[in-house]
Amino acid sequence: MRAVVTVTGKDKKGIIAKVSSFLAEKGVNVEDISQTILQEYFAMIMLVDISGMTEELSELARQCEELGKEIGMSIRLQHEAIFNAMHNI
Amino acid sequence: MFNKFDVLETIDMIEREHLDIRTITMGISLLPCVRATARETAQAVHDTVCRKAENIVKVAGQLSGEFGIPIVNKRVSVTPVSLVCAAFPEGAPLVGRALDAAAKELGIDFLGGYSALVHKGTADYEKIFLESIPELLASTERVCSSVNVASSKSGINMDAVRAMGEIVKRTAEATRDKDGLGCAKLVVFANAVEDNPFMAGAFHGVGESGTVINVGVSGPGVVKHALENIPDANLNDCAEMIKRTAFKITRAGQLIAKEAAARLGAEFGIVDLSLAPTPVMGDSVAHILEELGLECVGGHGTTAALAMLNDAVKKGGVMASSHVGGLSGAFIPVSEDIGMIEAADKGLLNIDKLEAMTAVCSVGLDMIAIPGDTPAETISAIIADEAAIGTINNKTTAVRVIPVPGKGVGESVEFGGLLGRAPIMPVNRTDSSRFVRRGGRIPAPIHSNKN
Repeated sequence: MRAVVTVTGKDKKGIIAKVSSFLAEKGVNVEDISQTILQEYFAMIMLVDISGMTEELSELARQCEELGKEIGMSIRLQHEAIFNAMHNI
Repeated sequence: MFNKFDVLETIDMIEREHLDIRTITMGISLLPCVRATARETAQAVHDTVCRKAENIVKVAGQLSGEFGIPIVNKRVSVTPVSLVCAAFPEGAPLVGRALDAAAKELGIDFLGGYSALVHKGTADYEKIFLESIPELLASTERVCSSVNVASSKSGINMDAVRAMGEIVKRTAEATRDKDGLGCAKLVVFANAVEDNPFMAGAFHGVGESGTVINVGVSGPGVVKHALENIPDANLNDCAEMIKRTAFKITRAGQLIAKEAAARLGAEFGIVDLSLAPTPVMGDSVAHILEELGLECVGGHGTTAALAMLNDAVKKGGVMASSHVGGLSGAFIPVSEDIGMIEAADKGLLNIDKLEAMTAVCSVGLDMIAIPGDTPAETISAIIADEAAIGTINNKTTAVRVIPVPGKGVGESVEFGGLLGRAPIMPVNRTDSSRFVRRGGRIPAPIHSNKN
């Protein structure tokens, strides 16, 4: 089972480190990362494997949001099915 | 790996453009709940609804968390109560109140199905049932009522149309202290559908399975934003853009509907392709029409723009879902759409233009406040006009008007929440009562003879 983590906000140091160590703690494995900086805005998209996660998916998504608030970014974790549904035929 | 622009587009749709799942509605058959008395039936109805929909709020919360898309409403629709209570119609309010209690226990905002289907004729038990609607809507909070008075196959039951004019007026009076709010929970239909997930007109048809999940999606803001990116495009390209956007919105609905059905032990019914506005800025169907190039909704060109929007939404949505149903079209509820409210405030959108608009979209004259002194026969005549549009054009139409007691043109009424605010619109003051009082049935249109 896979999910997509998106981190958006104003660019600052240490974002990838913080997010990936949080995910590792929760048993989530990062499979792919892509990032862009548009003007000063930072957008990172991670494809993660959640088969070994230690929490329920909706709870993990809530915790990601919390972490986002702590570090002043917007962090979302969503099941990959929503993107598959909307963007693939 | 996903295309990063696709991922960011989805997130923008949800965060900035109000993409959401407007409602997950569980349809529940109440036919197995019929007992010897109204009291026992009411108890069985209450227990069945509470048992079957027990997890609807919890599951919606989980799905919303997992997929990161808001699910605004959780609702239940039931078999028309007039059928469940046919043997003891005087007891229908007991069942209605049991449904209200169940809705409160489940924590859902509305429950639809205090309904009757009288499009060809009104049986004695249905006459008694219809009489109970005003008091029931005044004494309950979350129960919604609908009455089907016409169909393309059977014509228009003008006796029922006449009765409904009175019942709308009495419902307004019974909820006078809340500006006639009861009428916001009462819809009069032509060609009502059996799998509608939207309120106030939802009920669970007798042709349906025992427990079904129907989902309504929404995304006027997403469509408007997509059109903002192509300000100089011709209408072919605008229609294409609307189709593409509707496809994406509907796919999200389809995903949620299938997951919800699996987790709730119900069948997946349909996805309703409607564009449903809310009073929030950025969630308006009127503003899409204005983005297409109208100075203000209600102006000349409005019907054409709406027809194109409605058609493109369907074309985009149909391929995105395995079963499309419900009302499926753009909604134009006046009090629930900030753009419609603004146009009505300025006097640029009137009931005649709205009637024309209902010929090309779903659903009808919806959430329109009219003067409290409007005669019942005039309301019946408004219902008859809409029913004629529905029966002749083989589409669902509806009337949900609120004759606000003690108020007139120039004033407005605040219903709050999703029901919004409605400036009171003038109605034609000429007398239609002789036409309405004739009664009888307007025969089915010739093109309904298809066999």
